[in-house]
Formats: sequence, structure tokens, C-alpha cells
Amino acid sequence: MDKSQGRVTRDAAETAALPPVVTASGHRGLVMDEKLIFEQGVEGRCGVDLPEPPPVASRLGGLERKGPIGLPGLSEPQVIRHFTRLSQKNFAIDAGLYPLGSCTMKHNPRLNEKMARLPGFADVHPLQPASTVQGALAVMDELSRWLTTLTGMPAVALSPGAGAHGEYCGMVAIRAAIEARGEAATRKRVLVPESAHGTNPATAAAIGFDVDPIPAEAGGRVDVAALKAKLGPDVAAIMLTNPNTCGLFEAEIVEIARLVREAGGYFYCDGANFNAIAGRVRPADLGIDAMHINLHKTFSTPHGGGGPGSGPVVFSARLAEFVPVPYLVRDGEGLSLVEHKADAPQSLGRLKGFHGQMGMFVRALTYMLSHGADGIRQASNDAVLNANYVMARLQDVMTPSFAGPCMHECLFDDRFLKDTGVTTLDFAKAMIDEGYHPMTMYFPLVVHGAMLIEPTESETKESLDLFVDTMRALVERAKAGEVAYFRAAPRLTPRRRLDETRAARAPVLRWKKPVSALPQAAE
Amino acid sequence: MRYLPHTEDDRRAMLAAIGAPSVDALFRDVPPSARLDGPIAGLSTTMGELEVDRHMSALAARSRAAGSMASFIGAGAYRHHVPSSVDHLIQRGEFLTSYTPYQPEVSQGTLQYLFEFQTQVAMITGMEVANASMYDGATATVEAVVMANRATRRGKAILSGGLHPHYRAVIETQAHFGGFTAVSAPPSPVGGEDLATMIDAETSCVVVQNPSVFGQLVDLAPLAKACQARGALLIAVVTEVVSLGAVTSPGEMGADIVACEGQSIGNALNFGGPHVGLFATREKYVRQMPGRLTGETVDADGRRGWVLTLSTREQHIRREKATSNICTNSGLCALAFTIHMSLLGETGFRRLAALNHAAAVRLAEKLDGVRGARLLNQSFFNEFTLKLPVPAAGVVDALAERGVLAGVPGSRLWPERPDLADLLIVAATETNTEAEMDRFATLLEEVL
Amino acid sequence: MAELRFTKEHEWVRIEGDVGTCGITDYAQSQLGDVVFVELPAVGRKVARGGDAAVVESVKAASEVYAPVSGEVVAVNEGLPDNPAQVNQSPMEDGWFMKIRLSDAAELTAMMDEAGYKAYLATLS
Repeated sequence: MDKSQGRVTRDAAETAALPPVVTASGHRGLVMDEKLIFEQGVEGRCGVDLPEPPPVASRLGGLERKGPIGLPGLSEPQVIRHFTRLSQKNFAIDAGLYPLGSCTMKHNPRLNEKMARLPGFADVHPLQPASTVQGALAVMDELSRWLTTLTGMPAVALSPGAGAHGEYCGMVAIRAAIEARGEAATRKRVLVPESAHGTNPATAAAIGFDVDPIPAEAGGRVDVAALKAKLGPDVAAIMLTNPNTCGLFEAEIVEIARLVREAGGYFYCDGANFNAIAGRVRPADLGIDAMHINLHKTFSTPHGGGGPGSGPVVFSARLAEFVPVPYLVRDGEGLSLVEHKADAPQSLGRLKGFHGQMGMFVRALTYMLSHGADGIRQASNDAVLNANYVMARLQDVMTPSFAGPCMHECLFDDRFLKDTGVTTLDFAKAMIDEGYHPMTMYFPLVVHGAMLIEPTESETKESLDLFVDTMRALVERAKAGEVAYFRAAPRLTPRRRLDETRAARAPVLRWKKPVSALPQAAE
Repeated sequence: MRYLPHTEDDRRAMLAAIGAPSVDALFRDVPPSARLDGPIAGLSTTMGELEVDRHMSALAARSRAAGSMASFIGAGAYRHHVPSSVDHLIQRGEFLTSYTPYQPEVSQGTLQYLFEFQTQVAMITGMEVANASMYDGATATVEAVVMANRATRRGKAILSGGLHPHYRAVIETQAHFGGFTAVSAPPSPVGGEDLATMIDAETSCVVVQNPSVFGQLVDLAPLAKACQARGALLIAVVTEVVSLGAVTSPGEMGADIVACEGQSIGNALNFGGPHVGLFATREKYVRQMPGRLTGETVDADGRRGWVLTLSTREQHIRREKATSNICTNSGLCALAFTIHMSLLGETGFRRLAALNHAAAVRLAEKLDGVRGARLLNQSFFNEFTLKLPVPAAGVVDALAERGVLAGVPGSRLWPERPDLADLLIVAATETNTEAEMDRFATLLEEVL
Repeated sequence: MAELRFTKEHEWVRIEGDVGTCGITDYAQSQLGDVVFVELPAVGRKVARGGDAAVVESVKAASEVYAPVSGEVVAVNEGLPDNPAQVNQSPMEDGWFMKIRLSDAAELTAMMDEAGYKAYLATLS
């Protein structure tokens, strides 16, 4: 009868005696095992209804495709079910605390999504006449105003497609400025701290600069004396992240900027961590010449499982004339874009097919307007407060790499795991079974077994308390010698640890139709 | 502020646990000269959803959506119908709000669709392997050139005059600052360029767009042979991927690398971004390839699963020796592509292509008959070039006022070439009705 | 009798006549973890001591293998790229990378012998 529905049907002892669940379907409760679309397709099935094309004489010039492509046929409900099932195998901000340091996994408001889909933004062709796209251009203009005001910098380039692309844009502008000074052949050295994001040296090298690492001092910041010793007439720039990747504000940054500028170099700031200081510090006041801003971090455009990002770059007056095309101008008829280097001789050129990640501009501007300048400042405050709270509540059982206060993220190393046999990786994997995405591991490289935790301002105190209690329980487990528990983790996920060695030694990068057994030729 | 959960009590309790007197004390490392106190002049303060919606909607209303007009603009971005389920599925929070799948145990969903995406891209381009996407078609193309330089240890790229001028400009920027050479053939609406004779011992690659920016189809096979004979790679660029449902694939024609703009499948115009770059090549070049890759493997229980692989090529490990500085793909746009392509399947993809071709053939017939307008293409897929008796920009503006986006005038793409100002590049897709085409022809007749 | 020498970058070279067989040490392979890819130089290439000669990649790290001695590459371990696990299983024997004909035997005197390398490793832990 109905009344039995809420009851426990078996007592605990009886359940405990059962062997582990092995299902016939391969599904496990709500976690569905899902084949590839290529293994589900049936020839002739289709998930769209398209009309019969009208009969026309082909104008393909004899280049008609001949053989089959091999795409599988699925119905619409199959496709919906397939991707719904796949989605259920992902961790997400919507599902839980995502403490990935340096990645800023904060709440992604749905208003932003709604606004990005307004036809006046989403259904606009990049090559429509300017008179028909004034609203889209106004978004770019307003976003530019917010970015330049928040940073204090006079110019902005919106087109870079992501943070690394923004870095490329900023460093190319520096290179262009050095060329304009006639020093391209001599100013080739770029100073990059050892704690930098891997993209920094990769970017500098891609532009033909020589990368020269600068060491950190014991407190986790740039060693200013070592920096001084490296400065000279061949130094093109310094690339510095601030707050840095150890989660610390570079306290000597104004002095660093002065020294680099006096030596004739430029100051590139990796703005990946701008979310800690937005509304509290203007990068222009720190002496920065160029800085990219990851809209998908500070301004909460969704990470989307790895993009699309957006990486606008703000420039000081020294670099403003080198901004890439396209850029916005305003005249009597409204806003328009300068799209060609021919019309902007000093411009460094073009970096992207069209005008940049418009869909991300709309989301970021919506986020900024929702917060307002006061809300952005409060978000920075809360992000820093949350990180310091986590650090304070874990510092007696884990080992902070540097003395606080930290900014928006806190860095631990693996000293607290010494002699436990548990590694940073094992510890992180055990967090997965606890319902958390792991923190950033083994980065920055300057500390051993790094664990970088960024809770973001989106988390409540209760959520942080549960996270901290969970981390403490895991530390206790590790110290109690439960090595096997950690090495086996995670055990509650759709898949357990994956064999990355196998994947890399003999890469299988696509599905291929299985070769069916051919009939044996009779001899 | 609705996104920020802390009450003042929370903040006080947390500061007490930290042992700090105030939040300002946590910012003590900021030099006093750089501290910003109080409100920021010129910026608004917190707004509710309704107010923000009102503001943004008012801005949006100042643009004329392509769908509110009859749109025939292509040249690298195409307006197609995207099935409703695509946008529904990509907005699932598990896709939308997840990070790059570096932790495979909690990212099998993303990893599996990327594996499916890679397979679909390899299939339609006729190549052996594809990566997990790039920013857009132009950046995919420049990465292809850089990869060809690396693979051949040479440093000169030859660019077809039919390559989209924005793509050419992106390559030229990177060439200038990256220390290689890019030589372009002049733009020519009907092709006929002899790229093979331009290949020399320094040439790493020849870059050809098919269909060209003028819509002209090119048989790449002879050029592929010429490249092979001289040790250069052939890079095929496709800005309209729907064409691959009707036209012989670049792989079948002998391309070594294929770089595409994938926006047409699954993605809106978005005023130019975000879009999704596709990148495919031959198996032998896989370790030279830029971008993320998903590979198949097994888990600790021997069950099939997916991981990001060959990541040692990437910047976070190789640092200054990485194959590229890129660290993002276009994940969600790649997901939209995968879903739309799954819905289409073999039957749907080929029919979509046939519909596009048929629409363009019909439109070309109508416009070629308009007094003074002349169709230049011998062959085309869903886009072609008209030569007009007057500069095309004025025609485009006049028709826009009457609700027709007529195409892209030559002066918009090649301002430095006044001789191309009378060209109009026109695209037609499955979204264009017969009535829209007739209206276009009538209005063109009126303004010419 | 073959002479064995080591570099601080954890390469080894075993000298027989004027040819040195080179590889990476057991310590190096254990630091890298499972090796998944090896790229070897072309035979005939001239290499300088301390310059890039080969590439070794594991799942988590990629590393240049420097030439421990200057000279000309006269042979490479052809089977290694297809079976990179040999670097882990047998770094000093089957997992060798290349043979270099020495252009300057004097370079060897500045290098560590086995005892010296062991002492050097002790300083790293």
C-alpha cells in the first residue's frame, strides 16, 4: 500500500551483507553509462526535418562529394537523452563549490545568458552596415568604458579571444612600441617570474622574445634585488601577475614598475587575478602598461567546459596607439569600427576573424551593471575574505606556503602530508568522493606539491564551513595512515582514475568504425 | 547584491576567525598610493534584474537583427537555423558552468562530447585527426601556418587571393611578430591564380580557402600534388562548413591541414563571436598539432573513459617551448556544433548542404538577370560574387534601409583596392525564402 | 673497458672508443614518470655539449635531453619511439637514446663518474 513508500525496505544489516551492486544495463542508478553517438546511430534516422531541396542544376563545378561521410543517424529524443546523460557526468559550479585556484569558478548568473540571446546581439552579422548594429556597438562601447574606468587605463582592445590571446595582444603591442622606437633588434629579453602562468613564457617566446626567469623571495613575491640585477637596455618587458599566482599582492609593484620603466622596458600585467582587486585598485595607479582581463574569470562569463573565453586588454597611454583592429570610433553618425590596418597605420594589426567575443561582452556588461561599481568592490572584498577564512581555518592542519593575509586564493604545499604516503594528487582525488572539485594542484611551480584554493565570493559561510570540515577530516585520515583509501580515490564517480599513460602512448583520438570480420578467403 | 551571500554578521564572524580587524586590513599589501576608496565616478551602482534587463533590451533594440530582415550576408559567418534542442542542452549547468576537463573523473561528459566532436570534424573534413577546437576560423588558420612552419622547419607561407582578408590580416600580424613570411596572391573573384609556381624551397605551406571568400569552388588536388613535390604542406580553409556536406572534402583532395570556421553548425552569428575554430590534420602530424586533444583510455576498473591527452605539447607544461600559447578552446560552441551535427547526421547534413546550394543557385539566377549586375562565379556553393555597375557599398546601404541585408561590398573587405569596390558578395542559406529572394532582386533592380 | 660518465642534468654517456652511448638516468626517469614519447635527433646531426639533442615526454612533463658530449650523432635507438616504456624499464641499457662520435674527449674529464653522480644525487634529496 501507499503507506509503505517512505519506509526502509531492508534493514541495514541485510544490505551490508549484499555483494557490491553490479547492474546488467551498465547504468548505476541515476548515472547512465552512455555509448558514443557513433555506436547508437542507425542509417536513415535523422533528428531534423528538412524539406526536399528544389531541383536545380548543380553549380559545384564537378566537385560534388561522392562517398558517405560516416555520420550517425539519431532522432531528436535520442540526442536530447545522450547529451543530458553526458551532462550528468560533469562537476559544475551549479552543483557545488569549485575551489580551482587561479580559475575563479564563481556563480554564472542566468540573466547574462538571457541577455546574450537577445536578437539584437545574437542574431547580428558582424559585417552588417554600421547603421544597423548601433546597439551591438553600444555594448562594446559601454563595456570599454567600464573596463577603462575600473582599470584607469585610457585604451582597450576588445578582440582577443581569451586570456592567452590577450597576453599575445599585449606583448605584441609592446613589441610594436619597441619597433617604433627602433630598438627591435636589441630589446629582446622579457623577465618572467618563476611563479607565472605557463602562458606567459609561451606567449613571450611566440613573439620572439627571450624569456629570462626571475626568482621569488622567501615570502612568495618577486625578488626585487634579483630583478634589479637583471634590468638593462636589452629588457623589453616584465610579465607579472598581480595578485600573483601564490595569491599574494606584489607589495613592491609600484617600485618594480618604476624600475622597469626607467630601464626603458614595459610592464605587462597578467590580469587573471583582477577579481581580487577590481573596484579597490586601479592597475593604472600601479604603473602598468598593458593588462588582459579574463571576462570568464573576473566578470563571470561561463567557462563552458573550456571556453569560449574572452580576453580584452587595457593599455597605458604609452601603448594606446598600437591597439589592434578592429576598434571603435564615434562620429556624427554614431559608432563604427576601424577594421583595417590600412586605416590605422600604427595598429599592431588584426588578431581575430571578426570583432571579438560579442556574446561574452554582453554577459560581462550585464554582470557589471548588476553589481555596479559598489557591488564589484564588494565582490572583491568577499572573495578575499573567503580565501582568508579558508586559510585561517586550515592553517593548523595543512601547511600554508606563505604568511597571510592572502588575496582571493590561498596556497598550501604538501609538507603536512610528509611521511603519510599520500600525495597532493591523492588528496585531491579524495576530495572528489566528498563532492568537491579538486583545488588547483602542482601550480604554482614554486612550492612543492602546491594546492591552490580559490573559494570565490559566491560561497556562503556555511558552505565554506562544510568544505573546511571536510578538508580537516581528510587531513586526519591521511595522518591516520589510510594511504590505500587515498590511492584508490575517487571511487564514487562515473569513472575512477583514468590511465593517462595508455592514452598518451598509443593515442586514440577519434572513433573509427570497427573492422568487421571479413570472410576467410578459401585457399 | 543578489549574487553575494554574506550578511554583515557573517563577515564579522569570519573576520574574527581570521583575526583581522577589517576587510581593509586584508589589503594591507596594496601600496597606499594605489588604494581606491569610495565610489568610482562615472559607473552606476547595483541594479536589480529588471533594471538591467530593461537597459540591455533597450540597447539590443538599437540593432536590427538579421532575422528581422532578409539577410544575404556571409563572408565568414552564416545565418542558419539552429534546432531548439541545441541551445537548451548547452545551457545545462553541468556543461555551462564546468571548467576545462583536467579532472577526468568528474568531467567525462565534456570529454566524451569532445571525443565525438573530434570524430565529427575528422569525418567531414576527410582528415584522420582533429583537435578539441580553437577560438575561431582565423586563429585556427594562423595556428595551421605556425604548425606547418614547425613541421617543415621552413618559414614562408603562400596565401591564396581567395583567402578571407581578415584571415590574411591575422596571419600577417603573426608573421610580422613571429618571424616568418607571408606572401599573398592578389584577390581575384574567379580564381585562376597559379599558386604552384610560387612554391619554393623556403615555402612551408600554401593556404587556400574553399569555397573562396568570393564563393568560388577550387579543386585543391593539383595544388596538393605540387605542395607534396616541393615539401610544403597544403592548408585548406573552410569558412562555411555546411559546404562539406556537398563538396568533396579537403582531405580527399589531399590537404595536409584543414582549418575551418565552424559557426554555421550550432552557433548564432553573435556579431562575430564567440565562434568555433575547427582544426584537423593527418595522423603523422598529431604531435605537432596545437590545441587540446581528448583521447580514449580505461579507468582503474578497466572501463572505457576519456582524458585530455598529449598535453605536454601545451603551454602549462612546455612553457616557452609549447606548440602554441593557447590555453582555451571554444568548448561550449564545440558542444553546440556536436549537438547540431548529431541531430543532422548523414542524411540531415547532406540535405542541409543541398538546400543551401539550391538556395544560392536560385538566388544567383534571379540576381544575374538584374540589369547591370553580373555573376562572376563559374562555380559556387552557397555564396557568390556579383559585379555591379556602381560601388556596392551604396547599394548595400540603400537595401538595408528597405529591410534587405544584400551582402558584403568589396570595399568593406578590401578598402585598399578601389577596383574591387563594385563587387558584392552574396550568400543564401536554407533560412532564405523564395519571397525574400524575389524582393532582393526587385529592390536591386530599383536601386541600380 | 667502457667508461661511464654523468651530467648534472641526469644524462649518462658510456664511452667505447670514440663513440659515446647516451641516455637518461634512472633518477631522471623516476622523476618524469611514465614516458610516453621520445623524439630522437637525425643521424648525422652535430650536437654541442649541453645543447638540445632529444625530447622525452611523460604524461605530466616534457623535457629536453641535452647532449652530454659534443660530436656527431652516429646512431639512434630506432625502436625507442615505438616503445618509450623502455626508458622507464631499462634507462641505462635498452632505453638508450643515441650514440655520439666525440669531437672533444677532454669534455669527459669535467664530468662525474658513477660515485660522483651518486654523491650528487644525495645532495638533491
